[in-house]
Amino acid sequence: MKSTTGRFSFFAVTSVLGLILGTSLGWASAITPYEFNDPANEARFQALSRELRCTVCQNQSLADSDAPLAQDLRRELYEMIQDGRADMEIRQFMVDRYGEFVLYRPPIASHTLLLWAGPFIMLLIGIAIGLITIKRRRKAL
Amino acid sequence: MIPELGQISLILALILATLLATIPMYGAWKNDTRLMALAPSLVIGHFVFALLAYLVLTVAFINHDFTVTYVAMNSNLLLPFAYRLSAVWGGHEGSLLLWILMLAGWMLAVLMFSRALPTVYRTRVLAVMGIVSIGFLLFTLLTSNPFERILPGPPDGQDMNPLLQDPGMIFHPPLLYMGYVGFAVAFGFAIAGLLGGKVERDWVRWSRPWTLIAWAFLTAGITLGSWWAYYELGWGGWWFWDPVENASFIPWLIGTALIHSQAVTEKRGAFPAWTVLLAIAAFSMSLLGTFLVRSGVLTSVHAFANDPERGLFILGFMTVITGGALLLYALRAPRIMAGEGFDFVSRETALMLNNMFFAVSAGMVLLGTLYPLVSDFMGWAQVSVGPPYFSAMFILLMTPVVMLIPFGPMSRWKKDEITRIAKPLAISAAVAIVLGFSIAAYLGAWSARAITGWIGGLWLIFGTFSYLRTALRGRRRGLPRHQIGMIMAHAGIGVFVIGVAMVSSSTVQRDVRVEPGQTVELEGYRFELTEVVPVKGSNWIADEARFRVFRGDRELFDMNPQKRRYHRGGQIMTQVALRPGITRDLYIAMGERLDDNDAWSIRIHIKPFVRWIWGGALLLALGGLVSASDRRYWRESRTQAQKPARADQSGRTNAAGDEVPA
Amino acid sequence: MIKMLVPFGIFVALVIMLIAGLDTAEERQLVASPLIDKPVPTFELPGLYEPNVQRSNADFVGQPWILNVWGSWCWACRVEHPFVERLGREAGVPLVGFNWKDEREDALEWIDRYGDAWTTHVVDFEGRSAIDLGVYGAPETFLIDHQGIIRHKHIGPIDQTIFNDLMRRIMELRSEAESA
Repeated sequence: MKSTTGRFSFFAVTSVLGLILGTSLGWASAITPYEFNDPANEARFQALSRELRCTVCQNQSLADSDAPLAQDLRRELYEMIQDGRADMEIRQFMVDRYGEFVLYRPPIASHTLLLWAGPFIMLLIGIAIGLITIKRRRKAL
Repeated sequence: MIPELGQISLILALILATLLATIPMYGAWKNDTRLMALAPSLVIGHFVFALLAYLVLTVAFINHDFTVTYVAMNSNLLLPFAYRLSAVWGGHEGSLLLWILMLAGWMLAVLMFSRALPTVYRTRVLAVMGIVSIGFLLFTLLTSNPFERILPGPPDGQDMNPLLQDPGMIFHPPLLYMGYVGFAVAFGFAIAGLLGGKVERDWVRWSRPWTLIAWAFLTAGITLGSWWAYYELGWGGWWFWDPVENASFIPWLIGTALIHSQAVTEKRGAFPAWTVLLAIAAFSMSLLGTFLVRSGVLTSVHAFANDPERGLFILGFMTVITGGALLLYALRAPRIMAGEGFDFVSRETALMLNNMFFAVSAGMVLLGTLYPLVSDFMGWAQVSVGPPYFSAMFILLMTPVVMLIPFGPMSRWKKDEITRIAKPLAISAAVAIVLGFSIAAYLGAWSARAITGWIGGLWLIFGTFSYLRTALRGRRRGLPRHQIGMIMAHAGIGVFVIGVAMVSSSTVQRDVRVEPGQTVELEGYRFELTEVVPVKGSNWIADEARFRVFRGDRELFDMNPQKRRYHRGGQIMTQVALRPGITRDLYIAMGERLDDNDAWSIRIHIKPFVRWIWGGALLLALGGLVSASDRRYWRESRTQAQKPARADQSGRTNAAGDEVPA
Repeated sequence: MIKMLVPFGIFVALVIMLIAGLDTAEERQLVASPLIDKPVPTFELPGLYEPNVQRSNADFVGQPWILNVWGSWCWACRVEHPFVERLGREAGVPLVGFNWKDEREDALEWIDRYGDAWTTHVVDFEGRSAIDLGVYGAPETFLIDHQGIIRHKHIGPIDQTIFNDLMRRIMELRSEAESA
């Protein structure tokens, strides 16, 4: 198949591939049998591992990824929970190292205001248009 | 059949599409019957060549013609026959050929079944669809030619991705494409209407079954994709809000708003501009989805191909089609008819609210999907938007809809009173609440989500049946199909809601280490691992874990998950062991061998009511098809002179609030 | 009339953003590091040739240095190796090889075969320090200044263009250190 990508993109693609290939050669599994003393902690572990993104995967959470790095991060997650650290702390730990990219639930901050408020703004506009429309159509009755 | 024949066919199809988009369109403008009369033969010819090209590629796969690059990349000598057929659409280039074929097919269908439409209008519809076809044919011929050759051909091809070697994956793309392409019909109707300067109710009535069929297929395609991901991908999820999934969901949401808007415009003439706009949006979102999946602009597990150059082409094409359509809309929309009036409490209002929520939901999913792009564009931090955002927002936006749905069919057109509707529904609501609590209690599912899910779902089911009772009252014969379809669909949503609520609130999952001889206990089930043995398949080798499943003392059945290794590519795939049931699925996936004693890490899920998710969605799709088959959409329209002027405008309604023809 | 153009306007904005998105698609595949201009995370790791010796980031304070993450399993590391060797020879600063998630024997064998480009080695078998560094794949290359602040991170293999860029940055860090 003829490649239509340019030279720069070739390197970008191969480097990304290299990263992925490189790390996936040591194949692991998303299924990690950790023991928890407290069922609440197990629930926290499952919830957090679904909320945290696997940085080396295309688009998977830590819970679903087979990548070795994901396994390492799940181990960190487990140890932090056993250590008694709070959810917020654990998220901050990840963000400090990998950036906000690693959170599937984007934080509510000035740069995500549009994201979180957007749907409600759309809703308000929709309701406004609806009310105007009804008013007009009532006149035509 | 030599592959070059396929390429020539595509070029011929392109020529015919170009002729179709220009000459008859000009004829329609000038009201020149002779020029317009060219359209039918052009449509037929276009279809013939599209079909020919598709068949040439199919034959190349059947005959293992590895001199065709696309065949060599997506098939090999070991690939079973059925998968060779489906491999035609398994890759980027071939899937475009499927798009083109389906578009040509829909155009032919519109031609064959639309004799009742005025020639000028019908010609414009076909010409507009021809323009769309030009875009796809150019895209294929210029950037994604499936007929490219490698000479000399390799002795064997690469393998088809094992993930795709599955019956679920065979049907998923064709069903989806039927939906996307079908929206092009509604788009064609809308543009033809704008070009002509009016949108006749007859035409909207005429486009409804096509839109319903397209929507139903899209529903089925998305459902199939979800079900497939569940049993094939090994993590027990059924929806991940991945960009590619969202790319199919956004047109679906708009499509849902569209079919309801069409109902209002057809029945009462109201919202013609909204119907047109939604038709443009639905198809545009289909195009956008195509763009997202193939351009590499978003990171996704599922993405077809990551080629920004191709992405630019699709974007250009979309700009022309959608941009042109929206400009036309800006120019012409004020002119199309205004329609009847209606009051605060009326079916029109209910449907308008419904459409508003669906449109906003579509906007929300689009916003979330594109937000990483926005954030980067604005120079803000690199963010990810995933299930926590989408789920939360979607539930928020859809809850009012769920509450609203039973009110829609029960309300009269034009003007109604809340008390009249509320009485029969109040009983449904009460029953739903009581029964919902009781069932949740019986199941031990005490979470807020489970309880509200049961109440909401039962409310939908009982509320819809309340309508059924009302509608049947005083009717000698059965209900018309479009009402049956609606009842099926709305009840289906109820079933769906229950499934989602139970799975998301009450799934039990454990990751454990198991050795042969050990037993895992979960929710009253006992899973005993007897042994782990090697197993061979046609093109793979696997470790199979043999589980015996008990409930209490009774032995129920065996479950045997596998960890497969495919010979060709060396890929490792998890073959999940699934025991489906109406009230719960049992699910076992193997992790990896843990160093000692043949021990493996195993994931066991008990997923309550998960089948209701797809059952409800299938009901939804079937409801759409049943509705579309209603004869009232397919009968020839009476001419303007014959139609009694007041038939659709009188307040004559039966108990159910439907029009009674004069 | 303006009202009717709103959908068109929204669409135009969308298209502009998508074009920009296409342009930036490749770089968005990479996870930007939040550690730029922050102190390099503390680590204490064994050496490769002398596993009993512990090395720490503190050992390198006082001059700029390069941290290069690699592994014998990493295919792209082989591709970039000639440039890593040049860095080692020409940069004039310590080039620390950070052996990540690798078996010691495999790493030694790899070096035997392809050459030792690095001036010093540390080994992170478990991957904990790598996580602190925000490493998510190999190869990755960090440029750290004389005060121990991470100033630049390159993700992926080094080619000629990137090599030139890295050399330029290292020269800047070196003159910074000298004037300090």
